Amino acid sequence: MSSPRFPYAPAPESRAIVNLRPSYGLFIAGEFVDPVDGGQFKTESPSSQEVLAEVSSAGPGDVDRAVKAARHAYENVWGPMPGRERAKYLFRVARVIQERSRELAVLESLDNGKPIKESRDVDVPLAAAHFFYHAGWADKLAYAGYGPDPRPLGVAGQVIPWNFPLLMAAWKLAPALAAGNTCVLKPAETTPLSALLLAEILQQAELPPGVVNIVTGAGQTGAAVVNHPGIDKVAFTGSTEVGKLIQRSLAGTGKRLTLELGGKAANIVFDDAPLSQAVEGIVNGIFFNQGHVCCAGSRLLVQEPIAEGVVEALQRRLGTLRLGDPLDKNTDIGAINSPQQLAKIRELAAAGEAEGAQRWSPACALPERGYWFPPTLFTGVAPAQRIAREEIFGPVLSVLTFRTPEEALEKANNTTYGLSAGVWTEKGSRILYMASRLKAGVVWANTFNRFDPASPFGGYRESGFGREGGRQGLAAYLRGAFDA
Amino acid sequence: MLADLAASEVSLRRFLHGLPGVDQVGAEARAAALATRSIKTASKLWAIDAAISMIDLTTLEGADTPGKVSSLCGKARRPDPDDASVPAVAAVCVYPDLVPVARACLAGSDVKVASVATAFPSGRASLAVKLADVADAVSAGADEVDMVIDRGAFLAGRYGCVLEEVRAVKQACGRAQLKVILETGELATYDNVRRAAWLSMIGGADFIKTSTGKVAPASTVPVALVMLEAVRDFADMSGRAVGVKVAGGIRTTKDALRYLVVVNEVAGDEWLEPSLFRIGASSLLNDLLMQRSKQKYGAYAGSQDFSVE
Amino acid sequence: MPEGPGRLAVRKTYKLYIGGAFPRSESGRSYVVASCGGAVLANVAQASRKDLRDAVVAARKAQPGWAAATAYNRGQVIYRVAEMLEGRHAQFAYLLEVADGLDHRAAALVVSAAVDRLVWYAGWADKYAQVAGSANPVAGPYFDFSVPEPTGVVGVLAPQASSLLGLVSVLAPVITTGNAAVVVASEARPLPALELAEVLGTSDVPAGVVNILSGRTDELAPVLAAHRDVEAIDLAGASSQSTADLEMAAAGNVKRVLRPAAGPEPDWTGEPGPARMLFFVETKTVWHPIGA
Repeated sequence: MSSPRFPYAPAPESRAIVNLRPSYGLFIAGEFVDPVDGGQFKTESPSSQEVLAEVSSAGPGDVDRAVKAARHAYENVWGPMPGRERAKYLFRVARVIQERSRELAVLESLDNGKPIKESRDVDVPLAAAHFFYHAGWADKLAYAGYGPDPRPLGVAGQVIPWNFPLLMAAWKLAPALAAGNTCVLKPAETTPLSALLLAEILQQAELPPGVVNIVTGAGQTGAAVVNHPGIDKVAFTGSTEVGKLIQRSLAGTGKRLTLELGGKAANIVFDDAPLSQAVEGIVNGIFFNQGHVCCAGSRLLVQEPIAEGVVEALQRRLGTLRLGDPLDKNTDIGAINSPQQLAKIRELAAAGEAEGAQRWSPACALPERGYWFPPTLFTGVAPAQRIAREEIFGPVLSVLTFRTPEEALEKANNTTYGLSAGVWTEKGSRILYMASRLKAGVVWANTFNRFDPASPFGGYRESGFGREGGRQGLAAYLRGAFDA
Repeated sequence: MLADLAASEVSLRRFLHGLPGVDQVGAEARAAALATRSIKTASKLWAIDAAISMIDLTTLEGADTPGKVSSLCGKARRPDPDDASVPAVAAVCVYPDLVPVARACLAGSDVKVASVATAFPSGRASLAVKLADVADAVSAGADEVDMVIDRGAFLAGRYGCVLEEVRAVKQACGRAQLKVILETGELATYDNVRRAAWLSMIGGADFIKTSTGKVAPASTVPVALVMLEAVRDFADMSGRAVGVKVAGGIRTTKDALRYLVVVNEVAGDEWLEPSLFRIGASSLLNDLLMQRSKQKYGAYAGSQDFSVE
Repeated sequence: MPEGPGRLAVRKTYKLYIGGAFPRSESGRSYVVASCGGAVLANVAQASRKDLRDAVVAARKAQPGWAAATAYNRGQVIYRVAEMLEGRHAQFAYLLEVADGLDHRAAALVVSAAVDRLVWYAGWADKYAQVAGSANPVAGPYFDFSVPEPTGVVGVLAPQASSLLGLVSVLAPVITTGNAAVVVASEARPLPALELAEVLGTSDVPAGVVNILSGRTDELAPVLAAHRDVEAIDLAGASSQSTADLEMAAAGNVKRVLRPAAGPEPDWTGEPGPARMLFFVETKTVWHPIGA
């Protein structure tokens, strides 16, 4: 995918900055400890299949220890602490993340497979920003709109996915801590390492022991956290399927819950769109992070008169995308996170072809080792086809057409999901018209995939409930608010 | 089809205003993203040599003399007296009255003589005066003419007037290549840059050029991006490849390489040729030579290791 | 300060802080600052109306860039001011002991409070818009929203008694909201303000966003109040006799005037709430139709 005349040459970011340990313990009560009734598992680099480290798996006894540590810290240290002082801990964490940003970015790309360009320019800076932003709320909760003295919930159990490992940890921990809760965090099984480095950073910031506990492991560990009676509040980001499981298992327990689940976002391009930027937005919408994004613009709804031109422009643009070593600074598309995810993407792509859509990918050499999938377009997609309805969570774009704004809305809203949507048009009133009628928690107009700690994020319907970020995001962690 | 467009002021306006708009934030974000490309080793060396071969080495000062131009031409032919492997630049760019000096100094080399014309840099003169300016340059032997569009007419919406001037100058150029300077800093919006680019290409431009270098802001990467999209789309529609020249404020190798990346990824690597991409600059050349020396020989060079112009 | 047997200390020359630089007063004047006990501490520059004019010019030039910075960036800069002040904790505590007559413990508490006040305001930068702004449910097909925008250049008469905490408490809300400030320091106790200027100068605060002048309040305040290129003025440090005249002068260009608290100067330790920030913003309301 690089031009023969000007190929740029390999530009690898050095791994030397990361101090990978051969094995990692659980982070409980401020220390790294061996599991009492869990085990070990390996985490590998999906771009090379190299084993990076051994990581502990928390058993039920370990989860119990972690929850107890969190409860102790909540009652004796963090709960009584004035917001002004909690704030300063969080400001410290933000600063240390900024100071160690390169180390975090390299580790994230190694463990997750995403290009260094993204972990360096998006994931790590946003993680720092989330801590910085929420630090400032810790002593201003009286002004957040939840009453004169909103109280925290207690101990939060938080289960996060593998697509933005460090950033999702920041999205969960920062508001919970700012509001005065303590946390038990369960990182995803395939991407535990950046959370464990974050634990070191929390130690550096001298966060009191037990305020944050990190219990690595797989689905069972997550279930143990969610179902532990000592947890007051559960926050989950992941698939809709698992989200429903969690909602069911919490039924009748009185535990508070917020869910951030899957999506099948429509990216709607009108014939008066700023076309070059729309093409960028489409590409960014589905190929950023290899499409492993809940809010990815995975359905392109393009107005019929310009459909052919847009597809051509897209194909040309896809030809400049560079797929390869995540640590190369020029890589645009990294590895698929796991063999399981790769299998799922392949299955759905095959279904696309079987159901009659036309498949296209740019010429793309895939490395021999590792899990890879080339950026892929499907045209001639009908709304009834699986690739128009099911979340693929990979670099696969389904292209559909529409004639009128009403038809675009009908197709865009024809899903049980409702996380995000994109609208491309130069007409202001139409942007507002579409935004007011799209059943999605986030609408991006003439842009896509923009995130900010000050901007509330979350979905409608089966994309989950609750918001993260902004004043609205604090509700999830305070008494006196409800879950919706 | 292009001839029909120009048939009336109204149809020209409809066409130009019917082009897709440019979202400023999005365009600037793409330019910034392309700036993160990291060019190393052999690729960097190639790019430095390519950039050198694309330079229009320029002097456009009131104080220019035959001596100054002669010195510049010496540098243009042989940028590094100690290293014959350094390519010559593409052209030397001077005012029309100094074209004869440049021609004499560049005789026997492949370096072209480009001349500004049409009441450069402001363009505020009658068409007759502007055409006489072009005629002078051409009869003195200029291989290329860099004209300015009438920004006043453009901003007043008199697109037909701007088009007619480009056509008239193109005719007066004879066999000389025409570069049309948009003066993007005065056009102010990316939408205007896109429209002016199309207008110039419809008028017969061989190159569209960002700036005179006499007005700030001069060339910027997002502006070049918009212009490169325009030449790409124009080539798709008409089959004719128009070149892009960026000028003004490009002083470092880093700047130059940023532009080459944008050319590569927006227009395509067919445009990575002096016949389709130029950089109007003066002090850039020495910075390229310093970087070239570092790439080839390992140590950082000093500013006195290379000649002044 | 650190003298020793046979070692003479190098005394600091206190200058003004204008446009990110530390010039002397163009008038060449200075005046003596004494401690509570009467001991001579320093000669400080006595700013003139021309210095004030220059400060307003510098503030005006800097303000648009500061307002255009992201709220996140402004918050980080103000947090850095806190970092720098914390680093100089002992120096400022010493100054408060010597100049303001505070005992050792009280001085330390005041400096800590000033640092914490800055941290408090740093955390407001990317939040006050969500508290002060709104999307308004008008009775028609319009998207109607209100956002707070900085008012512009704000003149500040710093409190006379509370030379550090009071100063920080009136300055921080002005710059958190994207305004630029021209500060007239406490007349009798200007040294913490002038030292704070050094802190600002090393904190990534863009040149001209804060300008600090030492001098005679009665000489400078009327000039600032009447200056037509200043949008708002905080009269915290004005004497009760002069307030009415200053308000009159401010009316010349319809300045927003923040009157001093009635009664004695507050001790500035209580949590201030968002009121001071919200005073220095203008609410901009925008309408746009909603339609296909």
